[in-house]
Amino acid sequence: MSDRGLVVLLAAGLAATLILGAAIGPFGLSPATILAVLAGDRSDPQAVTVLLNIRLPRVLAAAVEGAALAAAGAAYQTVFRNPLVSPDILGVSAGAGFGAVLGILLGLPVMAIQILGFGMGLATVGLVIGLTLALRGTGQVLMIVLCGIAIGALAGAGISLVKLLADPEQQLPAITFWLMGSLAGAKRADVAAALPALLVGIAPLLALRWRIGLLAMGDDEARAMGIDATRLRGLVIACATLMTAAAVAMAGVIGWVGLMVPHMARLLTGPRFDRLLPAAILIGAGFMVLVDTAARTIATLEVPLGILTAVLGAPVFVWLLARNARAWTG
Amino acid sequence: MIHPRLLIAALLLAAPALALAQDRTVTDATGRAVSVPAAPARVFAAGPPAATLLYTLKPDAMVGWVRAPTPEDLRFLRPEAAALPQLGMLTGRGDTLNLEVLLSARPDLIVDYGTVDATYVDLASRIQDQTGLPYVLVDGSLADLPGGIRRMADLLAVPDRGETLAAYAERTLADLDALLAGIPQDARPTVYLARGPEGLETAAKGSINAEIIERAGAINVAEAGTRGLATVSPEQVQAWAPEVIITIDRDFAAKVGRMPEWQGIPAVANGRVYLAPAAPFGFIDRPPSVNRLIGLRWLAHKLYPDAATGDLRAEVAAFYDLFYGLRPDDAALTALLGE
Repeated sequence: MSDRGLVVLLAAGLAATLILGAAIGPFGLSPATILAVLAGDRSDPQAVTVLLNIRLPRVLAAAVEGAALAAAGAAYQTVFRNPLVSPDILGVSAGAGFGAVLGILLGLPVMAIQILGFGMGLATVGLVIGLTLALRGTGQVLMIVLCGIAIGALAGAGISLVKLLADPEQQLPAITFWLMGSLAGAKRADVAAALPALLVGIAPLLALRWRIGLLAMGDDEARAMGIDATRLRGLVIACATLMTAAAVAMAGVIGWVGLMVPHMARLLTGPRFDRLLPAAILIGAGFMVLVDTAARTIATLEVPLGILTAVLGAPVFVWLLARNARAWTG
Repeated sequence: MIHPRLLIAALLLAAPALALAQDRTVTDATGRAVSVPAAPARVFAAGPPAATLLYTLKPDAMVGWVRAPTPEDLRFLRPEAAALPQLGMLTGRGDTLNLEVLLSARPDLIVDYGTVDATYVDLASRIQDQTGLPYVLVDGSLADLPGGIRRMADLLAVPDRGETLAAYAERTLADLDALLAGIPQDARPTVYLARGPEGLETAAKGSINAEIIERAGAINVAEAGTRGLATVSPEQVQAWAPEVIITIDRDFAAKVGRMPEWQGIPAVANGRVYLAPAAPFGFIDRPPSVNRLIGLRWLAHKLYPDAATGDLRAEVAAFYDLFYGLRPDDAALTALLGE
């Protein structure tokens, strides 16, 4: 199948999941009602509220969330030349999580909690990059990753400390639910805030996808082809961090998607980044819409997204480990 | 400064001597026979519900709080309450109390009030074996609130005080039942309990965090397979269409009227979103202890405004005076009730 054909097919699949997500929900809306509201019928205010303020924003938020995590994961796996890397590798999720739970501890309004999460996610990766610069290790992937793991561990300890200080009857449940990831609170304003971050993060990746793909061959080969590997890697990290921080600020910590979806996409496109990225974005968006639709329809109570994605993601991860075991043991 | 280890060694050596001073054996809610002092003078409450009950029954015997009251809480508590240290909690899950710290506070009795299950029974036995301190559990079920108060009062050797508070509890429950007898089933409102900053955490039917809603005759819309807290989507709340929303989150209460996804829900449309007061102890749960008695009276006024008789402000003032030892003035009442 041609590249273009595959993208069209995946885009059609994404459109189908969006339609499915818009059609399903606990509040009974007939397809006729949904179409009427979309066509501008405002006679039933309740149906308008449910569809336009709750269900559609949430479906779109899920698509943005999945696209952001999958794009960030695909980009990182390529530039770090490691199939087991996820968007949290540089500590962005732990940092954003620390910011958000701190906001819950301080009893801030929701918008402030999200802004604090987003800001802390960016700041954490900034700290990681600053640290590698100070250690003169920016040219070395391993150095960046190790600094990321260290700073991420600190942020994780910060989260635990906040949990310890939180009111166990009121704040602790809120923190726990937030860390499990959910789009239950997704609103228009969330989509309006996360979508620009996604577009700003994704545009350079798409524009430079061919060059970024060359990084997978190693820095020396990329330099031989006239590419400044360090600068390009820095740009990819900036874009992926922006998207992941926005995703975590909007929906809490949702693991596995950024790790797993690029592998799903690779099965269709092969390892070349210029072909992989568009497929990963579309699959990520569609996958997240499906998972979130399941999360809000399986039971009357929400199933946290982190649980669903892990249940689906862990087997894939084990399969990857099995495939890669020989390469590591030599 | 005595080294804590020396102190522990001394206490352990003294344990047999302490045992001689204990001249009473009680059988607690778990069926364990525990030898307790006849007049406990220094008592540690293992969790927040027990701390609240201990404060209402015998405040001068408290060796510390599980969690220190906030400045807002202290406005409604006796001045001595502010001076007590925060020691942490012993609840089997998420212990924040170091046993050496506990022993340094020199309690002669540990009490807990609340759920009685295998976890707590095991914890009680373990702590009692480790510290040599008597550890007694009292069942904290809402159905037997007066009985729980009496049993705890008997243990603390303050039977008269216990009788006064238990009689209040009995009167409250009887008044409530008399009120409910006159309200047909179809006139009882459906209620959604909104928790968390977005109002999307709730406590399902049958959970300890929401049981007073059912006790007050209302119907908790969140029926699910859980007995704890859970998250729901605003669409689910729209589908439930509750007539009343009770919330414990001030931020949510302030903005729910402006949140587009909450519009059209009967409770929001009819202005029946009520913020439960929270100081010094919550009206709904937080902790699930005797503080819920005034919560039940408050709920009766909110759920059945036409049928409920009596003056809520006066009832709250009287309850605070009787249970917490301070009668709040008008300004404090207004701040508390948000009216």
